[in-house]
Amino acid sequence: MLHFKVSDREQISALGTFLTLVLALTAGMVAIGLLFIISGVNPFFAFKKIFSGSFGSLYGFKETITKAIPLILIGGGLAVVFKAKFWNIGAEGQLLMGAIFGTWVGLNWGPSLPAPVIVPLMFLAGFLGGAFWGLIPAILKLRFSINEVISTLMLNYICAEFLTLLIVGPWKSPKKFGFPYTDDLPDSAILSLLPGSRIHTATLIVAVVAVVVLTIVIYKTRFGYEVRVIGENPDAAKYAGIDFSRTTMLIMVISGGMAGLAGVGEVAGIHHYLSYPDSISSGYGFTAIIVAWLAKLNPIYVIFSGIFFAGILVGGDAIQISLGLPAATVAVFNGTLLIFLIMGDFFTKNKVRILAGERG
Amino acid sequence: MKKIESLEMINISKSFQGVRANDNISMKVSSGEILGLLGENGAGKTTLMNILYGIYQPDTGEIRVNGQRIFIDSPKASIDHGIGMVHQHFMLVQNHTVIENIALGYAHAPKLFPQKKIRQRVVSFSEKFNFNIDPEKKVWQLSAGEQQRVEIVKALINGAGLLILDEPTSVLTPQETRDFFQVLGKMREDGQMIILISHKLDEIKRLCDRVTVLRKGQVVGHANAGQLDKRSLARMMIGRDVIFSFSREKIPRKEKVLEVADVRVDGDKGYPVVNGISFEVFRNEIFGIAGVSGNGQRELVEAITGLRMVTHGQIRINDIDITNQSPRKIHNTGVSHVPEERIRFGIAPNLFIYENAILKQHHQKKFSRRAFLAYGRIKAHTRQLIKDFQVATPSINVQTKNLSGGNIQKLILGREIADKPDLLVASHPTYGLDVGATEYLRNQLLKLRAEGGAVLLVSEDLEEIFELCDRIAVIFQGSFMGILESDDPRIADIGMMMAGTRDLKAGEGADASL
Amino acid sequence: MEEIIISVVQRTLVAGTPLLLGTIGEIISERSGILNLGVEGVMAVGAVTAFIVTHHTGNPWLGLCAAIVAGMLISMVHAFASVSLQSNQVVSGLALPMLGLGLAGLLGKPYVGKPLAIKINTMPIPFLSDIPIVGPVLFNQSPFFYLAILLAIGVWFMLEHTLLGIRIRSAGENPKATETQGVNVSRIRYLSVIAAGGFSAMAGAHLSTSYSRSWIEGMTAGRGWIVIALTIFALWNPLRAVFGAFLFGGIFVLQYMLQPLGISPNFLAMLPYLATLLVLLVGGLRDSRRLNAPAMLAEPYRRGER
Repeated sequence: MLHFKVSDREQISALGTFLTLVLALTAGMVAIGLLFIISGVNPFFAFKKIFSGSFGSLYGFKETITKAIPLILIGGGLAVVFKAKFWNIGAEGQLLMGAIFGTWVGLNWGPSLPAPVIVPLMFLAGFLGGAFWGLIPAILKLRFSINEVISTLMLNYICAEFLTLLIVGPWKSPKKFGFPYTDDLPDSAILSLLPGSRIHTATLIVAVVAVVVLTIVIYKTRFGYEVRVIGENPDAAKYAGIDFSRTTMLIMVISGGMAGLAGVGEVAGIHHYLSYPDSISSGYGFTAIIVAWLAKLNPIYVIFSGIFFAGILVGGDAIQISLGLPAATVAVFNGTLLIFLIMGDFFTKNKVRILAGERG
Repeated sequence: MKKIESLEMINISKSFQGVRANDNISMKVSSGEILGLLGENGAGKTTLMNILYGIYQPDTGEIRVNGQRIFIDSPKASIDHGIGMVHQHFMLVQNHTVIENIALGYAHAPKLFPQKKIRQRVVSFSEKFNFNIDPEKKVWQLSAGEQQRVEIVKALINGAGLLILDEPTSVLTPQETRDFFQVLGKMREDGQMIILISHKLDEIKRLCDRVTVLRKGQVVGHANAGQLDKRSLARMMIGRDVIFSFSREKIPRKEKVLEVADVRVDGDKGYPVVNGISFEVFRNEIFGIAGVSGNGQRELVEAITGLRMVTHGQIRINDIDITNQSPRKIHNTGVSHVPEERIRFGIAPNLFIYENAILKQHHQKKFSRRAFLAYGRIKAHTRQLIKDFQVATPSINVQTKNLSGGNIQKLILGREIADKPDLLVASHPTYGLDVGATEYLRNQLLKLRAEGGAVLLVSEDLEEIFELCDRIAVIFQGSFMGILESDDPRIADIGMMMAGTRDLKAGEGADASL
Repeated sequence: MEEIIISVVQRTLVAGTPLLLGTIGEIISERSGILNLGVEGVMAVGAVTAFIVTHHTGNPWLGLCAAIVAGMLISMVHAFASVSLQSNQVVSGLALPMLGLGLAGLLGKPYVGKPLAIKINTMPIPFLSDIPIVGPVLFNQSPFFYLAILLAIGVWFMLEHTLLGIRIRSAGENPKATETQGVNVSRIRYLSVIAAGGFSAMAGAHLSTSYSRSWIEGMTAGRGWIVIALTIFALWNPLRAVFGAFLFGGIFVLQYMLQPLGISPNFLAMLPYLATLLVLLVGGLRDSRRLNAPAMLAEPYRRGER
């Protein structure tokens, strides 16, 4: 009879962590291949298409970077809150709230202000919108001990319905042939693109700078130290005089605000008007959770994991078109990879010995 | 299955991460007998019993019931062999009723309507021992003593022929302890086999037929209780004579550091657990608070260090009012704190040693430059710290959880003393540590005292209290029973005070515990 | 007017049925201590499985059984991650909706736009369905409706009045104490998560073989997430879940009926989520013990931890 003995690993080497990660991703790919075979799709062909559609061609790579922008922004913020063990799964709602705030500023003040003024204002408004929506679950947890997983999940839906309410109602444009869209943002409020692509450079720069700054904040500053102590041991944090409420609220401002910035980027860089929630964000808020996880909650690694998952999103679109696969195929990818990452994580943190024979 | 009549553990060994918690231990117990398992905290008693109860698997060794070798790979197997255990920390589901808790582990609980169907049995068990517990009450509504009775019924209802009791009196009031001893006597008359784990000499001597003494994971002796006096039991347990008095240089009390005035504090359940305590601690003084744990010590310490609200009264440090200030503000006025459960409160186990070496001090100027931490200085400080306080570690770049308990405690104490506090609040600083580490840490406290620090020492360990303290307050149910000078003759009767007798006159009091 | 009311109530009960089925399952899982965010994905797998099997066999009941099996199988992924690997249940819980929705989309692709020839029809209960008003509302419903009500009562009974129920609840309240009583906590938690999968899949089967008779991608339409809300709204009690499911179902039905009166359907759609937050808020203000939340919900448990 086989049984397992699980114990804490005492030393975790960087190389071991990396190898386990590679192994987990490879195993995940194999599992996805099997799922493809079951669904009657040639896995080699599908993988080839995904790769050529995302990283293997210049067009694909530009699209990948475009989709990586919101993932890096949100993933970077999530890495920080997850470090403090605050499980914010409401980035989707925070992104939408940022988009709403940013759009309002763009539509109302854009016509009278030049781009160098209105663009920062929109990002600021988006940050505030996301931060506001992120502060609510923080306060609900701190004041009323409501579990943040539940409240952020609820707030996602509340925000999505609120946005829909706006675009079918008061914000609906008379110029869009009855579609539930807002007016187009004025030209000054539209982000300029890298020529020949949909990469809105301003947001990309903001994203990369933000995760670099956050990495420094987390690993080099007093505040980052306090965040990590809270995550590792909240009782010790309280003992050490760390202000749990203040820190929690601040990191949710950061995390929500980053998602809000992503929302502004999507509207001002790509869509140019507000429309249905699912077209503003194709689940970035959820995908970013895996992005943060794959980056081992280190904001700087989020750049790489963000590009990786953006590639899967873009490649997924490619096989959707060329193989006639349903839109949800990408979700199979994400779900399966996530499971294998969790397994990899387990084997990094634990020693597992398989013992054969009689017990005792 | 045949009723369990004798149990042997032969050559049991068990290690945790390289530390030998049990080293080749053998012991035997038979029915109608109470076996005392005596040893200091950390001697390996609880590990041994958890092996017997199937929570841990031994690395080597075997267990025999009625002479037959058996394998216990889970609590269920243990229960099936007629073994029942009452853990020191009760294994009860707080949100469930008494009867649901009993049904959970009852081997013959019916699948349908278990609550209704076993009620009668529970009530009759409870009546047999005068337990007086309402089976419909939720566990969280019960006192510690009542919860313990639920645990005992849980074990007995499964027909446990062998009952393991792990430090059963540590949470009981003196009255509850008296009732509990009666119950034990009654069970022995019934032919019950009992293993009593304790580090209290008195208890062992009073109740047990035989004693097995453990020290540092090894058996250091077996004895019939009647043959041994407390002093020789203590010697076996500790490995040398317990010294009851120390000569310490007397330093006159002058400057007042801590002043606690009529402080009241509520406990976790919302009712008062500290009922108007007043005292002062001076420079060059170690002030001890003795008492059975759970009498308000934890809440008092938390109130002084800012972790818990004070509902009434005032706390002053160096004449500055710090009542209900934040932990950081209080720390900044010169208070350090060695918390009672070191791994739970004192460190963040996954962070590096150097990161834990500045916990609570990280905001101070010497460790930070504006918003940034000065890691160079922090690491230098940590290197000095592990040298000064003899923390055994290969490097400071190691996750703190890899240190042994003693080394973690040295790190914490070192960190708090290196902060040069005016007042050090230390809760059970040597709990569960080996003799070497204990002595080292005690010497550090004495050194701090000599250098002008004030120390508030909370401990259950009377030896520690006597060895270190200039004055001793005895706490019982949230009040001080009195404050004694170390040369006060009434100190012999401290056991009486711990049991709730207030302000004894010199020489009064019938039995001097310890 | 009477007809309108009857029709609204009838449709409310239909809309509430899959919510109730999913919630019963989630209650079992959460009571055992495992937060299962995968409901949406498992529902989709159930819906597509029931549809495919019914399409090929012509027997919707067989489809239902196959759906339950499929739902249980895919739920084992979450059970494995959260129980055996002791992973963070929020993170692993998010894998399941992705995987489930994705797989359902892949497998169901060839069946889009092909309605079933047969579906599970309403089943009037003899005599009772003839009672005026109450009859057509309560006793002329899909078998799924009767099943959901019976299961809600059954699961409530199981949790409160059987040994298994005590064990499940204890595993969620204090796994360590439960283990020391000789109960295998891992097994209890595995079983609970797998059972929850069966319930979610049943809800999915209702959507594709009774509520409608077709498969389209995304037909679960967020019901799986409402189930998570509903579980809390019902404070982990299957009987209260009956009330909650039909309340939330009613809000669904009213969404489009009240639009002409100037009430925004999006505002109504927000209500279930707002109501759930409100229940937590009011409960949290009073006494958190009364909320009855499993004490160790979403906390990984490892046997023999020192």
